Amino acid sequence: MSYVANTAEQQVAMLKACGARSVDDFFSVIPEAARPRSFALPGPKSEMEVIERFRQIASRNYSHLTCFLGGGFYDHYIPAAVAALASRSEFYTAYTPYQPELSQGTLQAIYEYQTDICRLTGMDVANASMYDGGTALCEACQMALHATGRTRIVLDGGINPVYHKMLDSYTANLSIDFAQTDIRTGPADRAALYDALDDRTAAVIVQNPNFFGVADDVSDIVEHCRQRGILTILSVYPTALAFLKTPGEMGVDITVGEGQPLGIPLAFGGPYLGFMATTRKLVRRMPGRLVGRTADREGREAFVLTLQAREQHIRREKSTSNICTNEGLCALRAHIYLSLMGKEGFKRVAELCHAKARYAMDRLKAVSGIEVLDEHPFFNEFVVRLPMDAGEAAGVLVEQGLAPGLPLGRFYPDMTNLLLVAVTEKRTKRDIGMLAESLEAALR
Amino acid sequence: MAVIFEKSVPGRHGVSLPDCDVPEGVEIPDTLRRRADAELPELSELDAVRHFTELSRLNFGVDTGFYPLGSCTMKYNPKALEVIAGLEGFSDLHPFLPQLRHGGMLTQGALQVMHELEHALCEIAGMDAFTLHPMAGAHGELTGMMLIAAYHRHKGNRKTEVLIPDEAHGTNPSSAAIAGYDVRPMPTDTRTGMLDVGALESMLSDNTAAIMLTNPNTLGIFNRDIEQVVEIAHRRDALVYYDGANLNAILGKFRPGDVGIDVMHVNVHKTFATPHGGGGPGAGPVGVRENLEPFLPVSRVVKRPDNTYTLDYNRPLSIGYVAPFYGNFSICLRAYAYLMLMGAQGLIEVSENAVLNANYVMNALKDVYELPYDTVCMHEFVLSARRQAEQGVHALDIAKALIDRGFHPPTVYFPLIVKEALMIEPTETESKETLDAFIAAMRAIAEQAGSDPDALRKAPRSTSVSRPDETRAAKTMDFRWDEPFREKGG
Repeated sequence: MSYVANTAEQQVAMLKACGARSVDDFFSVIPEAARPRSFALPGPKSEMEVIERFRQIASRNYSHLTCFLGGGFYDHYIPAAVAALASRSEFYTAYTPYQPELSQGTLQAIYEYQTDICRLTGMDVANASMYDGGTALCEACQMALHATGRTRIVLDGGINPVYHKMLDSYTANLSIDFAQTDIRTGPADRAALYDALDDRTAAVIVQNPNFFGVADDVSDIVEHCRQRGILTILSVYPTALAFLKTPGEMGVDITVGEGQPLGIPLAFGGPYLGFMATTRKLVRRMPGRLVGRTADREGREAFVLTLQAREQHIRREKSTSNICTNEGLCALRAHIYLSLMGKEGFKRVAELCHAKARYAMDRLKAVSGIEVLDEHPFFNEFVVRLPMDAGEAAGVLVEQGLAPGLPLGRFYPDMTNLLLVAVTEKRTKRDIGMLAESLEAALR
Repeated sequence: MAVIFEKSVPGRHGVSLPDCDVPEGVEIPDTLRRRADAELPELSELDAVRHFTELSRLNFGVDTGFYPLGSCTMKYNPKALEVIAGLEGFSDLHPFLPQLRHGGMLTQGALQVMHELEHALCEIAGMDAFTLHPMAGAHGELTGMMLIAAYHRHKGNRKTEVLIPDEAHGTNPSSAAIAGYDVRPMPTDTRTGMLDVGALESMLSDNTAAIMLTNPNTLGIFNRDIEQVVEIAHRRDALVYYDGANLNAILGKFRPGDVGIDVMHVNVHKTFATPHGGGGPGAGPVGVRENLEPFLPVSRVVKRPDNTYTLDYNRPLSIGYVAPFYGNFSICLRAYAYLMLMGAQGLIEVSENAVLNANYVMNALKDVYELPYDTVCMHEFVLSARRQAEQGVHALDIAKALIDRGFHPPTVYFPLIVKEALMIEPTETESKETLDAFIAAMRAIAEQAGSDPDALRKAPRSTSVSRPDETRAAKTMDFRWDEPFREKGG
């Protein structure tokens, strides 16, 4: 079915009104030689058959995994009302709110979402969303390069290796220098970081908690950089911000992060939600849409897309970014999630994650042969060393339907025995017991 | 209506969470902790449900009414796609799982969807390979430019500029610039509405890395010289990028790959009926010819001889990661389900009816509105409100007047090369009755422009707010609740 409404008779009448004999008349502009050489596709199938077919395909994925995988992407609980509200079609069948009078729902929701992000991060202003945490980080670099007129970016070794790879790709054709401090599982190595700075450095990128789960206060790094005219970009895990010192309190210039933990399904990698927040000073450098509060002609409160002069449809090749379609519906989901959780619920989720992660660490520590790497403060993720290849051990457990964590050899060849374990509020004491016991069995 | 923070009541809860089944306690030193809790609203579940339900009612979507927003292909989104995307086997899948040993076997369904969709897109576009990784159309353009840069770098070419028609979407020049290229706009032939081939020939040089084309272009006109354009570009080893924004016009009628297009993207939220989401998420898969395949982003889904699927990361020439994983998977999943519902014949009907609907509306309006390029259009067309503007009624006023008559306005003031532009794209899913009602409304507005222009300038009057003061918004810069601020010194 093509979802075309018009009947054959109506199509004939419409053709006649156009002075055409058949639709072929419209397509006669396409030269014969340029016509398709083939056009063979599966289908068509009825709705019933298609849904059944996808049920079968879905059953080839294992959906009952006991998941201790994190690495920036977490299996948090999503309250039922999130999907119920975000699936109201007035939201999801609309587009970018170019016509504010018909889009106050989307616009007000984004304004409220921007407020959420500001309150979580302690920053002055947040944009309407980016594609994901990685592209948000790439855009933050561009912002810093333009704002300072410098050409170099220094990365702390603790940033997500996936994001590091994205940064490399995005800048391959640009004349930007990258430097990264040595990768180690502890907190940011200040001395190494400061050594890497020079007067061409535009920004330093740090992540908190870092990729290895270590929580830190980077105020000292921010201060050091500020004195040298260098901006600080901090990538954060939003759920951890229920506890941790905010980027605003640390004085960072640009905060980015992955919003997936805020009510967005893991869905095999997307769509996710990049968030970005900055200071008043840098707001005109910020990419992406921004919603502002204003008044209509009668003086009533109204919301509208604003500061559009930064954007590609006006500035074209001189715009701050090429982003236009972003992740509006994911931002809406995050806002609904945070509104349902509320001040106390959000903190409670963080408390549960933290308590369970601590318990998991204790249980794993008790397993002979497993060693917890230098115990720094952490939120819900930590690294353990196994007496064998962690990828191999993980493989044994995966076959039993349990993913014990992310083997770090996947990204760092010198860390083959290390496993990054993440625990969310969804994991029970029993799950954690199973993790410890299965690992113990695998090590035997 | 009040913002959600005004509805907050201290001590109210909206979710139930399980008891803690392990020892409680937070072991994070005070020096690392935030000074005060984040001030999120405190609401009951019902408070929140009412708030968002009320917000939704202030919105207009395709499900609400006719949404002929040119260039955006606001077609109906079949509900079956949402059911499929919501299947637990897809929605709960952790993207790191296939990167773990044996994890690939637990994700065979998802890998199969990606592999089969890539193949279907190759067939639809006539390209040799597709990646699903780009997360939006503009992201696809950027990925395409990165591929082009990698191709030239590999060949040892030093080329620094990209040529783009002046009617192109703003994302084109922006994407090329962000990828590191200098952008030069190419003029449109004002008689035909098509790219000026003579100008292209004179602008093209050995320094041209690529040209970017949209066909049909943003005027809704199919460029019949496309084969010649590609050939001219290739003579100088310039690649041709095809912006697939307007693919809805040509399904089964024209395949970019057949005329030698090198790189293109597809906006699945336009052509393949995945919802626009109030501004995303979309997805922008990118297709290439064989010679560019080695440069595609990692990872690639590979089908093994035993019919199982795996991810290949060992691709030395790849541009690397453009997304954290495999793109906006659940959006691509919806697109694949849509393709399966349609089949080849269904897609051909899509384009035939999209084009028929557009020509029908264009012919019914061209006597009252100026039609700058009076020729057969494809899936959309551009009118000019120049005549009405002389009466003091501008494209924006017409847009707002349509709102009061129950329609979402067309795209206005784009493309930039048409004054007072009204860009109308009806899509194939709209019925003749709806189109007739829209035509009647447009004609009534044109008449009112002569008789009562003041009334049109006051539109809309039927919505919860009238025209917002955009100047004030830019000046006060109130981007969050509570603390409106002014930029220092601004």
